[in-house]
Amino acid sequence: MAPSSKPRRRFDGFATFWGAPALIWQTAFFLVPLGLLVAMTFWAVKSYRLTPDFTARNWERMFTRDYFWTGYLYTFELAALVAVLASVIAFPAAHYLAFRASPRARRIAIFLLVTPFFTSYLVRIYSWKIILSTEGVLNVMFGWLGLGPFEMLNNAFGATIGYLTLCLPLTVMIQYFALSNIDRSLIGAAHNLGCGPLRTTVSVTIPAAKIGLILAATFAFILTFGDYVSPAYLGGGTPPTLSILIVDQTKSGNHWPRASVVAVTMVFTLITVLFAALFAAYGRPGAKK
Amino acid sequence: MTAARWQAAWTVLVFLFILTPIASLVVFSFNADRFPSLPWGGFSLKWYVAIFQDDSVRAGFWRSLRVSAIVSVLATFIGFATAYTDYRYNFRGKLPYLAIAALPPTVPVLILGLGMLSFFSMVNLVGTLSAVIAGHVVICAPFAMALIRMRLADMSPDIEPAAWNLGASRWATMWSITIPWCMPAILAGLAITAAVSFDEFMVAWFVSGLEETLPVRILALLQGQVSPRINAIGSLVFFISITLVAIAQVITPRQAR
Repeated sequence: MAPSSKPRRRFDGFATFWGAPALIWQTAFFLVPLGLLVAMTFWAVKSYRLTPDFTARNWERMFTRDYFWTGYLYTFELAALVAVLASVIAFPAAHYLAFRASPRARRIAIFLLVTPFFTSYLVRIYSWKIILSTEGVLNVMFGWLGLGPFEMLNNAFGATIGYLTLCLPLTVMIQYFALSNIDRSLIGAAHNLGCGPLRTTVSVTIPAAKIGLILAATFAFILTFGDYVSPAYLGGGTPPTLSILIVDQTKSGNHWPRASVVAVTMVFTLITVLFAALFAAYGRPGAKK
Repeated sequence: MTAARWQAAWTVLVFLFILTPIASLVVFSFNADRFPSLPWGGFSLKWYVAIFQDDSVRAGFWRSLRVSAIVSVLATFIGFATAYTDYRYNFRGKLPYLAIAALPPTVPVLILGLGMLSFFSMVNLVGTLSAVIAGHVVICAPFAMALIRMRLADMSPDIEPAAWNLGASRWATMWSITIPWCMPAILAGLAITAAVSFDEFMVAWFVSGLEETLPVRILALLQGQVSPRINAIGSLVFFISITLVAIAQVITPRQAR
């Protein structure tokens, strides 16, 4: 589609003007910092100063520590749990929006789902911190019923509430788009062949929307795996998740190379999970149905 | 029909869960009591008065406003340029080009923050708003690109060549045809990127040093005691970002035709 189809290699100022900004900016402030992060895992800290080096000591040090593996497992388990929970909680709602809700209700729902994505997550977590606290609204209400008070903060429950706040809107939305793209005649056919609503959902709707459902769960996993705010402020920080390890090593430990080891491990884990999910969603690469 | 009823009730519950923290935040920012909980302690504006008198909050607010204004212009320009390049040109390496332009939001902000901290500390920019701005543009530009690219998808690829054949230069065509066509998406991109930047705290926390933006101030307050002042700041931040998002949604061109 190039405007000049002649095979010439002259400098095209117009094309460069529009093509170059992203390349320059994202290379300088995205690729280079990430590359530096990888390089830094091999650097040393000598008398509190970061010194370029080529040593495996940071990797050794982190990978032989129990707290690292405890943190890794805990983070992974939480993320997997939240991916499943968010998918299960979101599905009936996404199904309702896709198949039963009126167009007006659907528009309002989409607005309500998009909005949280762009509005202060931090502030919403602060709000949960108050709601869930011992003197908070929920426990006051439980008190009216003669129950509680329940300990809902500084444990996995609190962290999970935070994680769901982070990823539920996106999960519902992706599932909703996946479900609304299903060929309606498939569902009609299932009904005509005598399938009840439940059987239709399990054996027609869910397989037809498989890709979207897997993607939704994957995004929930990715968001949860990398999040710092929920485990730190609602989860209480024990056992520390990988994100908390990074912040501790950076902010108080002042050992950036070790923090980078954790960060690079996280990136590799996320890439692996992403590819596993894509494989599960699309089947073997190249094998098109 | 009971199954459908249950499903409707479940859907309402899911949305209640999503909206509860915001509603509670705003409601208790007007509560007179020191601890934001029930029973209701009476209506009061004193927490808002308190934050307007707090110098560190005011300073953070102005920094955030400045950062998000600059970020939205830069990110939307880069987003437009990239979307147009994708729309108009095919070239070798286009896939990796688009990947580095679109990928930043999928990397956990914590990891971006750490990478940028180490990078900016090498070029002596840590503790400056320029570092915050550079980092935010990385995260925000892909959102603007996506919005503008969707708008360009609705513009026939023959329109620009028609203008060129009639003798308009490529710059003139860009200025008088392509940009006006994209204007709703450009405005939406400005609003969305401003909202994302205004709320972003992780990259800002890592690289801003003493130049705290408002969300970084909130993060610091979170580590201390619960105070309705945070409700008031939070409500303010929420109100600003929801206004920007609402503007973006209203002017975003509908795809349905």
